[in-house]
Amino acid sequence: MERILFETDPDRYKHWKLEFDGATAILQMDVQEDQPLHDGYVLKLNSYDLGVDIELADAIQRLRFEHPEVKTLLVRSAKDRIFCSGANIFMLGLSNHGFKVNFCKYTNETRLYLEDLVEEIGVHTVCAVNGVCAGGGYELALACEKILLVDDGNAAVSLPETPLLAVLPGTGGLTRVVDKRKVRRDLADVFSTVAEGIRGARAAKWNLVDGVYPRSQFEDRVSDQLQRLNESSSRNDGNDPIRLEPLGGTYTDTTIEHRFVRVEIQPEERTATLVLQGPGSDEPTDAAGMRAKSQDLWAFRAFRELDDALLHLRFNHPTVGLLLLKTEGDPEAVLRVDAALVAERDKDFFVREIVLYMRRVLQRLDITARSLFAILEPGSCFHGSLLELALASDRSYMLDDPDNVVTVGLSELNFDVLKTHQGLTRLETRFYGEPNQVEELRGRIGEALEPEDADELGLVTFIPDDIDWEDEIRIAVEERVSLSPDALTGMEANLRLPGPETMATKIFGRLSAWQNWIFTRPNSTGESGALTLYGKPARAEFDWRRT
Amino acid sequence: MPDCNPSSRSGRSWRRIVSTIDHYDKIPNNVNLQRDRKLQRALEKWQPNFLKWWMTMGPEGFQLDDIYLRTAISADSDGWAHFDYVRMPDYRWGIFLADPVEGRTIGFGDVSDVPAWQQVPGEHRNALKRLIVTQGDTEPASVEQQRLLGQTCPSLYDLRNLFQVNVEEGRHLWAMVYLLHNYFGRDGREEAEALLYRNSGDVDHPRILSAFNEPISDWLHFYMFTFFTDRDGKFQLLSLAESGFDPLARTCRFMLTEEAHHMFVGETGVLRVVQRACELMKEHKNEDVRALGGIDLPLVQRYLNFWYSTSLDLFGGEVSSNAAQYFGAGLKGRAYEQKKYEDHVILEDTYVVPTPGTDMVSEDTVPMRNALNTVLRDSYTEDCQRGVDKWNRAIEKEGINFTLSLPHVGFNRRIGVFSDQPITPDGQYISQEDWDSRRADWLPSDEDQQYVASLMTTVMERGKIANWIAPPSKGIKGKPFDFEYVRKYAEEK
Repeated sequence: MERILFETDPDRYKHWKLEFDGATAILQMDVQEDQPLHDGYVLKLNSYDLGVDIELADAIQRLRFEHPEVKTLLVRSAKDRIFCSGANIFMLGLSNHGFKVNFCKYTNETRLYLEDLVEEIGVHTVCAVNGVCAGGGYELALACEKILLVDDGNAAVSLPETPLLAVLPGTGGLTRVVDKRKVRRDLADVFSTVAEGIRGARAAKWNLVDGVYPRSQFEDRVSDQLQRLNESSSRNDGNDPIRLEPLGGTYTDTTIEHRFVRVEIQPEERTATLVLQGPGSDEPTDAAGMRAKSQDLWAFRAFRELDDALLHLRFNHPTVGLLLLKTEGDPEAVLRVDAALVAERDKDFFVREIVLYMRRVLQRLDITARSLFAILEPGSCFHGSLLELALASDRSYMLDDPDNVVTVGLSELNFDVLKTHQGLTRLETRFYGEPNQVEELRGRIGEALEPEDADELGLVTFIPDDIDWEDEIRIAVEERVSLSPDALTGMEANLRLPGPETMATKIFGRLSAWQNWIFTRPNSTGESGALTLYGKPARAEFDWRRT
Repeated sequence: MPDCNPSSRSGRSWRRIVSTIDHYDKIPNNVNLQRDRKLQRALEKWQPNFLKWWMTMGPEGFQLDDIYLRTAISADSDGWAHFDYVRMPDYRWGIFLADPVEGRTIGFGDVSDVPAWQQVPGEHRNALKRLIVTQGDTEPASVEQQRLLGQTCPSLYDLRNLFQVNVEEGRHLWAMVYLLHNYFGRDGREEAEALLYRNSGDVDHPRILSAFNEPISDWLHFYMFTFFTDRDGKFQLLSLAESGFDPLARTCRFMLTEEAHHMFVGETGVLRVVQRACELMKEHKNEDVRALGGIDLPLVQRYLNFWYSTSLDLFGGEVSSNAAQYFGAGLKGRAYEQKKYEDHVILEDTYVVPTPGTDMVSEDTVPMRNALNTVLRDSYTEDCQRGVDKWNRAIEKEGINFTLSLPHVGFNRRIGVFSDQPITPDGQYISQEDWDSRRADWLPSDEDQQYVASLMTTVMERGKIANWIAPPSKGIKGKPFDFEYVRKYAEEK
């Protein structure tokens, strides 16, 4: 399969139009049906594939950095009487299991980014539903703060996956209906089995939407809503934008090369090594300096590159089972960067956005379905924000060699904003049974912790000495990659995020797991499964035994 | 509404039903309405709303006049066409299903040879409801579209035909509402209400299908509509008459007998316009029909182009997974499924569907089941062509050198693969600019419609007819053309 690229910009969008009207951004979906990401299907009725969603994710990211003036986002369709008919079924039918799963994960991440807009930076989101709004279309709407539906006797919101395709609305649909919109569960049950969906006043009564208006009043009501939200936005005025230039990475079958991040893939071993280069000693420490350096600022650029590398690994290198995470650089420099971010983030939206972006990238790492081993070697800099890479890993190996001392260290950021999808820091997650340990560690901020201390404090898994090191690592890697990739995916997903559930963990855990199970079952994807046969002349046949 | 009061709920139904039961005797039916409490309860609320709708959205004026109308009073061969004078609001809108076929089995799809369903299978409840609502929505829509036409009628004969079409469309609405009321519970009752709530051309609550939101502002539009758009109805009814859901199949079979008259009105209406055009061409030295107050043949062709292309949109997408599902599930067959075809499973067959190429119309071979909208549409086109041939024979007989023709299926489409493609009536791709600049050559312009409107003067005298149309070759039910088909209320006094 052709390599998928994740960088785009509004001038290159095929499927969306991003326009601005004062403090309102208008994101119009206008999917070009003859421009799918891969051959073999047509994107009819504003249905989407990964290509459409990559542009959506890009637009959301740009609203945060390039458009600090925006206070509300209107998501709508450029097509008459069609909002969005969801993920393209024929694309799903043609895709292999791994792609389907990663596609859903990516779209789920993007929906959460949409929700982050209001929760993190006070940009309100309104979805104007002018017609057909089915499946993933409604899930997109659900990710917005307000949903306004035209009431013309035809327009309906629906989650037809179960009755039509024998799968689930897996992009957060089921979860958001009951958890976010708090639709009564019996009504949600009815809604999720009616293929044609719910229209008009009933959609509002069941809280599936926030308002229904006749066609003649619809535009005015949407404008009213936007104006009200513009006035209540907490986003500050007067910030200068930060332009996002392309990263321009180079990609081959075995390498991903960026300025600060490089990945080398060992196809035979089914492993990849990701090395993240730490900051230099000249990183600015005040907001003005950071802004001047803009996208060349290490904290920003390195995490953008990490984000891009993770997506490439997910989609373009499906057989890599184990990712070895390494860092190179000066620990002191990392801690200086962290201290500057903490000190300046309330003064400049750009600094604040960088920290929030670090959080999103690390969350993407948390739910990447590859085994993650952090390798802490001489010359590494797993301190502060970069220690999060080790804390996100399934295991960490730290060399204990008195001649080549490796250290780890903590910064304020480890205790603060870089939270997982559960709303806990990685330290809180790690010491879920020992909350006092987190407090104790707070007292060690800024120290360079040597292997024995790190081990004692529970920050690393193993500290082999220099004699054992190579063998330990080799055997651990060989053992890991010999295990079933499916079992590992499930095992890691269960162990990585202990503790409380949030809507996001339910989506990535419960909803996705059920969806992925159903995807492999004959009733959906078998020879006579409903998804397989969708659009084909024959009808589905089910195995009626419930499990 | 009295039943808004919850405290009267328990005692409500029986007394009221007893008090209105006489009323149900006036509704001709063969569904045992007099004993069906479920249906009575539903109609109790719906019927007054229907009458209110008829008075506000039905024919403007003429409601007190006596019209010589056909009423179905039973489903047998004697009863389905009972002729008499009746005031439209007193029309006995009845509920009729064609007689049941003993031991009927489903004749197509994956459920062939299973006994036909007498109740809605839960599995297909929503799909069937959708099919019925979509069909039902078209019936009152056309009444609304035509509500002002009576005021410009070319003759009493035509006026009567208009009202015949209107009351029968009203009855077809009843037929669909009967199915919704009797088989779809509360949802069905709500959908039945909504059928009266949506209105043709209403910005906020339009009819479901776009052809039914187009205004029918003159009689040429009316004839074209009854010829082309009602004929779509015929083919939809033919395919639903095959349905495995027996009450739907029987309802549609009965509706088809009435629908035939509507298409007759359209076919003969256009024929008479064409005949008159030919007469006037011969009368005028330069064949200038407009100089003599007639409708010229090129203008007829433009109206034809508009209504044919608009009606093709009603068949839906050329390749449709819904159509495949409906067929496989035994919900909607092909027209004349039993008579015309041998293979009723059609899992192996394919069908050639026209599709847009880069700069020409090309073809695609798709599984037959997915092409069923196109299959039905192609049968429709054949049927249309037969009517056009009749018009052309009339032109030829008059010795005029002009041929009316159906435009290419890709011309002027809004739905399906040809949607918004710049294709000429003879199937050529041209640039969008060229298409836009030649639009008035192919479709009725404002000027065309103003001209036709200028001809629409009311002719209400017995035996008289407007100048732009020829009289019919015969009257209704053996009556002469100068029969008093409409008796004005004022004259009675």
